[in-house]
Amino acid sequence: MSDHSEQSGHVGHVVPISTYVLVFLALMVGTGLTTWVAYIDLGRWNTVVALTIAVLKMTLVILFFMHVKYATGLTRIVILAGFFWLGIMITLSCSDELTRNWEIVPKGWNMIIPFVSRLW
Amino acid sequence: MSDLAAHGAHPPGFAHQFETVAQQREAGQLGMWVFLVTEILFFGGMFTSYIIYRSLHLESFITGSHLLKVQFGATNTAVLIFSSLTMALAIRSAQTGKSKGQTIMWLILTMILGAAFIGIKLRYEWYADYVEGIIPGVNWAYGGAHAPGVKMFMCFYFFMTGLHALHMVVGLGILTVLVIMTARNRFSSEYYSPLEISGLYWHFVDIVWIFLFPLLYLIGGRYPGS
Amino acid sequence: MSTAIADLHDSSAESGVNYLNANYGIKSWLLTFDHKRIGLLYLVSITIMFIVGGMAAVLMRLHLVEPQGALFEPETYNKLFSTHGIIMVFFFLVPSIPATLGNFLIPLMIGARDVAFPKLNLLSWYIFITGAALALYATLSGGVDTGWTFYPPYSAAYSHTNVTIVALGVFIAGFSSILTGLNFIVTIHKMRAPGMTWFRLPLFIWAMYATSLIFVLGTPVIAITLFLLGLERILHVGIFDPAVGGDPLLFQHLFWFYSHPAVYIMILPGMGVMSEIITCFSRKRVFGYEFVALASIAIAVLGFLVWAHHMFVAGMSIYAGLVFSVLSFLVAIPSAVKVFNWTATLYKGSISYEAPMLYALGFIGLFTIGGLTGLFLASLATDVHLNGTYFIVAHFHYVMVGGAVMAFMGGIHFWWPKITGRLYPDYWARIAAAIVFVGFNLTFFPQFILGYAGMPRRYAIYPAEFQVLNVMSSAGASILGVGYLIPLIYLTWSMRYGKPAGRNPWGAKGLEWTTLSPPPTENFEEIPIVTEDAYEYPVAGGNRV
Repeated sequence: MSDHSEQSGHVGHVVPISTYVLVFLALMVGTGLTTWVAYIDLGRWNTVVALTIAVLKMTLVILFFMHVKYATGLTRIVILAGFFWLGIMITLSCSDELTRNWEIVPKGWNMIIPFVSRLW
Repeated sequence: MSDLAAHGAHPPGFAHQFETVAQQREAGQLGMWVFLVTEILFFGGMFTSYIIYRSLHLESFITGSHLLKVQFGATNTAVLIFSSLTMALAIRSAQTGKSKGQTIMWLILTMILGAAFIGIKLRYEWYADYVEGIIPGVNWAYGGAHAPGVKMFMCFYFFMTGLHALHMVVGLGILTVLVIMTARNRFSSEYYSPLEISGLYWHFVDIVWIFLFPLLYLIGGRYPGS
Repeated sequence: MSTAIADLHDSSAESGVNYLNANYGIKSWLLTFDHKRIGLLYLVSITIMFIVGGMAAVLMRLHLVEPQGALFEPETYNKLFSTHGIIMVFFFLVPSIPATLGNFLIPLMIGARDVAFPKLNLLSWYIFITGAALALYATLSGGVDTGWTFYPPYSAAYSHTNVTIVALGVFIAGFSSILTGLNFIVTIHKMRAPGMTWFRLPLFIWAMYATSLIFVLGTPVIAITLFLLGLERILHVGIFDPAVGGDPLLFQHLFWFYSHPAVYIMILPGMGVMSEIITCFSRKRVFGYEFVALASIAIAVLGFLVWAHHMFVAGMSIYAGLVFSVLSFLVAIPSAVKVFNWTATLYKGSISYEAPMLYALGFIGLFTIGGLTGLFLASLATDVHLNGTYFIVAHFHYVMVGGAVMAFMGGIHFWWPKITGRLYPDYWARIAAAIVFVGFNLTFFPQFILGYAGMPRRYAIYPAEFQVLNVMSSAGASILGVGYLIPLIYLTWSMRYGKPAGRNPWGAKGLEWTTLSPPPTENFEEIPIVTEDAYEYPVAGGNRV
């Protein structure tokens, strides 16, 4: 039998079948809910609801099916880093792609330009 | 302190660059998680592009999304979630020292569900899309509203679900190898790392689909007037 | 107080068995799992790619001695600069130090027997040569003319060259990088010898760790980008296609998200080598160890936030330009910290001028020039004028050739005795280093002036008034070529005729110097137990603190 002192947390830890089944049921409910809500008119909130449920489902899969609830800090940092870098890619790309039509000089700042340009 | 004395105590599957079994197992886990991070960035390039274009061309994306078959998308989501359950149970079966027959049963169930996912997709979605003429670059006969943007959306649909399906097929290959390894008594409650690590991969592929489903099939909702 | 190594029983020394002669035959090399042999397999491969990329450069410089172009049609010239860039970036610079010196040294430096996943290591080499073979095939059967940056719509819809094959070659080679980075991260986390805490690691390891972070986080994005480009080329429709509302700039965002951090992949390992060489040849502890270590991580992280400074004149929103300009200034800071710390390490050190040190001193000067000129380019207003000119060409060659390649050469010379068990002739090595330094500056300094004067890059012809500077640059290139050829000769010669090196010919600190030269296959007789910090050299004057 394995020596516990040699093991990282999650291997010594056996997840009960009931936990797996509960998570499975929660995921199924989430899927059903996402589909059902799509047929209801919530305007822009449809997307918010759908993505929130998706994030919750992902969290359940990560914590329980992928055993991260019982995993080391290093594992968590690795996962967070992955999402953080994805966030960098999305955010900074959008900082260009979604701001092309923004006014070069926002309203109100027009007043200041003549004064500032006289400073040179 | 030579390795020779230590060898006798090491189970099958022990690799000699490591000093202990625990070190090997932790290394394998960390390695797979690092690989999954690369997969996040790999799919992430397409998710980034999707976010940008959806923001810029929402009407086209809604129109395109309504061409997809929600019932099959939803069914496939359920199929994949079920397969994650069976995969988790397969690993647990090895972890708790159950018979190899039981582990193999859960693995094969996972494979059947994975194959069902691909079968449903191919037969009821992609083949139907081909007949309808909404596959860009292959058979494009769409004459409805927002045609250019809908074509862009359908590019995303096929590229993203295609890449995902490719990962599923690779997963099925991995599962096949695992079934063979289990049948050859390679695993025990002390050594089942390949199963664990492959499970991580399988769950990741499930998570990608968990996002693809609402992002592709449910844009703008499916209520009357959407 | 030295590293405690249990019983130095030199059974390997007595028998003369090391990783080079433990097995003979081509199969024992092509099917090896030994990280040291894999490092050498990579060394041979990237040397071949360097020669191919170098030949493209030679042809370009020969062509450019005349304003109307001396040798080639413009279409051919386009293929030459594209080939030069693709091969040098993806198949030489990116793998250079990591796959050769990294593979060889990381387990030795941390006190391990091999990397975490030796089979993945071998696989990564096969993946690399597959990608390289594809790229070479595409080059020799017609080449590409899109530049190494593959911008659509030209690359996706209009170019009639082998874009898809080359993109596939780069895509495949990318997986080699990913596996290498993954291997290194796990190895450094999990396989350090007892007592080797994070802040006792050699700075080369910190640099390789930071590099591996970039491998793992950045490379997948270029992979998906080239994949999408290939799809668009094959299907004649795709997400960068303006006809369906696509934005070619999106390609550039995704491309540079990897390709900018890629330049830190190229320089960070070189910086790691610098820390090793400078401490050894000043016989002095590095100044500010923690700062240098954390600066490596900072470069890796900040390097991901600046990519769109390559796109200032591409048509981006002005707001994005502002954001990326500010961030680009930030990334210079950790690099500067390192240069200051190396200089402070040299101060009052007991300096000797063997070839590795000459390369290192050259690095400090040339990298500083290259880095400072990067600031001109980070600044929006000046970049508008300098973008697309030879100023940029000079800037990146100063950091990549004056920096990374010189670091690579320095590292190869420094660890050559450990790798081969032989000493190279340092007299010729110093001459070659001097020739490289002179040739390099003659090649690339005129290009700063050319760029400032407005000569565009990637053009096969140029206005006649630029000819003198171009001829100077081409003359420099021929000298530089000679400087690179000389080591090929004496290093090869030394493998047979060089003096046996002994364990530690330089008197350097570090676990790799405690084992035999060449090391046995298992690296160490016994896994060492580490009790002291890195670089425990006597402080200047021979007094130990």
